Amino acid sequence: MRISIPRLALVVLVATAGVSCRTATAGKVASHPPIVQPGAPGQPSRVVDAGKAADLSQVQYTGADIKFMQGMIGHHAQAIEMTELLATRTNSEDMKKLAHRIELSQVDEIKMMQRWLEVRGQQVPSLTAMHAHGATLMPGMLTPDEMEQLARAKGAEFDRVFLEGMIKHHGGALRMVEDLFAQPGAAQDSDIFAFASDVDADQRMEINRMSDMLKELLK
Amino acid sequence: MKAIATRVLCLSALLLSVVSGRAQERMPSATDPRVGLKAGLRDAGIAIKNMELVSRLPKPDGFSDPKAPAGGAMPPERDPNAPPPPEPAPDAPPPPPIPGINFANSDLAFSANHAVMGSFHGFNTYDIENPVKPKLVGSVVCPGGQGDVSIYGHLLFMSVEQTRGRIDSGTQGVPEKVSAERFRGVRIFDIRDLNKPKQIAAIQTCRGSHTHTLVTSPKDKANIYLYGSGTSTVRPGEEMAGCSGADPKADPNTSLYSIDVIQVPIASPDKAKIVNAPRIFSDTTTGAIAGLWQGGDHGPGTQKTSQTNQCHDITVFPEVGLAAGACSGNGILLDISDPVHPVRLDQASDQNFAYWHSATFNNDGTKVLFTDEWGGGGRPRCRAIDPLTWGADAIFDIVDRKLVFKGYYKMPAVQTEQENCVAHNGSLIPVPGRDIMVQAWYQGGVSVFDFTDSAHPVEIAFFDRGPLDAKNLILGGYWSAYWYNGAIYGSEIARGVDIFKLTPSEYLSQNEIDAALLIRSNEFNPQEQPKVVWPAATVVARAYVDQLARSKSLQPERISALNAALEKVDGIRTGKERGAAALLDQLDAMATQLQSDAGAASGQDAVRLRSLASTIKARTARLR
Repeated sequence: MRISIPRLALVVLVATAGVSCRTATAGKVASHPPIVQPGAPGQPSRVVDAGKAADLSQVQYTGADIKFMQGMIGHHAQAIEMTELLATRTNSEDMKKLAHRIELSQVDEIKMMQRWLEVRGQQVPSLTAMHAHGATLMPGMLTPDEMEQLARAKGAEFDRVFLEGMIKHHGGALRMVEDLFAQPGAAQDSDIFAFASDVDADQRMEINRMSDMLKELLK
Repeated sequence: MKAIATRVLCLSALLLSVVSGRAQERMPSATDPRVGLKAGLRDAGIAIKNMELVSRLPKPDGFSDPKAPAGGAMPPERDPNAPPPPEPAPDAPPPPPIPGINFANSDLAFSANHAVMGSFHGFNTYDIENPVKPKLVGSVVCPGGQGDVSIYGHLLFMSVEQTRGRIDSGTQGVPEKVSAERFRGVRIFDIRDLNKPKQIAAIQTCRGSHTHTLVTSPKDKANIYLYGSGTSTVRPGEEMAGCSGADPKADPNTSLYSIDVIQVPIASPDKAKIVNAPRIFSDTTTGAIAGLWQGGDHGPGTQKTSQTNQCHDITVFPEVGLAAGACSGNGILLDISDPVHPVRLDQASDQNFAYWHSATFNNDGTKVLFTDEWGGGGRPRCRAIDPLTWGADAIFDIVDRKLVFKGYYKMPAVQTEQENCVAHNGSLIPVPGRDIMVQAWYQGGVSVFDFTDSAHPVEIAFFDRGPLDAKNLILGGYWSAYWYNGAIYGSEIARGVDIFKLTPSEYLSQNEIDAALLIRSNEFNPQEQPKVVWPAATVVARAYVDQLARSKSLQPERISALNAALEKVDGIRTGKERGAAALLDQLDAMATQLQSDAGAASGQDAVRLRSLASTIKARTARLR
């Protein structure tokens, strides 16, 4: 029901809008050329109707896409929890910079994922429930024991445990993207495809940086 | 509209101070007329200065979801006088499917009197012979994103990167992880019949084609080339042999850290193929292929810059043999005299850049303007808290084939949290004697600015709408804004195509606009820059005179005398008419004087004085 309102409003708006707008819109409605769908190279093109042309029912988001988004929120939340430990446990300025960078990008992406789920009427996981004892861990996530070990460490020892943990954690995000693309029909929707590609690029870059930092540290 | 006029002064004062140095952080203006515009898909508030919106082309049928025409979940637009809608029932059905960017408009290309609007869903062709009354002449459905297009003769090229892309252009996607039906790469269409284009080739690439650049070579007339930019994930080797997304340390043959050079034989475009994958980011000393920016920030308070393992736009300027690559973590300068083997000449880094996205040369090939797509284009990055040096343009001079940083430009008005906004695609406007560009800023609108003084760009004109939605950020706004044969075309992601004309102002005279109108081309492609040469027309001379008057580098009496003589010369057809010889002699004398003035002047004034002198002499010589 809500759907018909904007279309009606559109008609009213067009009727009251300026001359140039009316001309352009009227032209479009009056003489729409055929919509053509090409074939594979060498194959003929065919004419399709507007309904068929705009039919993306087979590339809608799937259950795997929803699970990916829900799982990634918890995954990102743990990265933020890890970076929060940094302020009091490291002496390294480089480590603080790294943590700040990770935090900014993860917070931004969490907001995006929450909105994505919300507008699609899907359950938005709470940030705390995901890594409680007994919760299912997404790939690469630190176990409660590993998190405790990290929380106990200090100075250079903390830096090493943090980098190792975060490399593993980010590697898990890459696996989640890989798993997503392997699911039948997943990541076919443009927004999901773009988001998964971004996560992949961003986490790869951070893994490279952290591997270099870890190598320096172990020298 | 009144508010616009009264704010011109404070706006220009702000702009002059924008680029005074890297150390000082400048913020966008909250008092600009672009601030506080009403939201809406079709009835959004508008701020416009020194340009005119002459036509609007909403997306055609088949290119949007009628249930969500803006692309996202947005509350319906309503007549303000209508009664409020009833509360949704508790057992209301789940929300409708959300098309998101599945139908987003992307880049524009032009050929003769046609504009082709690329989209994530295919492309649409408009007859723009009369830009005030454009007409849709062809609609092609062919999903796969981004759908960036370019044209060479009767060939149209289109970029496809998504895993839903199909060889047969189907809308059903490709559910399998590995499939022979999947297409990611560059499609080639024969568009001789605009009503019914035909796919003639489809060149698969490992990383898909996010975008591409058409490259012509003055030396190789049998082929054209495409530089394919893959920025997404690498497909599995089982789907396409040789594809590898591995780190270069693990696999020296990785598909990362390269671009695809595709050769298209003009006589048989169906035989197009990849002929090189040059390692243009390699370390010149060690030869390591990951030789440029490794990703990360540049120190406290600096931007996090992406890793250089890909190029986004590569802008070619075949006449000067150069290309500027906006390559994720760096801006690079390439020698493309051999288009198959581009050679890196220099690279720039910038602590304020997040993602090097696109590049535009000035017409002399002495400057290059790089854009930073901070936030990827989908995020609001023109808020009051976002500095004017982040998500901006960085302008470099090219000195001895090296990049020398000069200044930043960013659309200067505060935008809302609901408007994705950052620097995006644009083109030069061919005004002689000045470097002027029109640029898209997503929901930050269109901005026209002068960067003749690379360190102090100044805004000339703008257009902006309010957000698509008052509460939600829905991806929209201008993907690109290009000048083509006298008009500015803006591809609006959600709203369609908008066509503008420039209007004269204190920043741009009617003569300067008319001189730009003289330049007609038969083709325009994004990232492919032609060299513009202005004819020796009186209006070109008058444009230079206006510029010399504006910079106060000639006495007002001399400006008046030049204008008077140039007005008279337009009235004669040959030098044999009565009184004509005396007028031509007078003009030649004026030109000689200008030439000698140029010797004493410096910078752009000297260039304008010389150009004015030579334009006058060429004009009089033709009449004699």
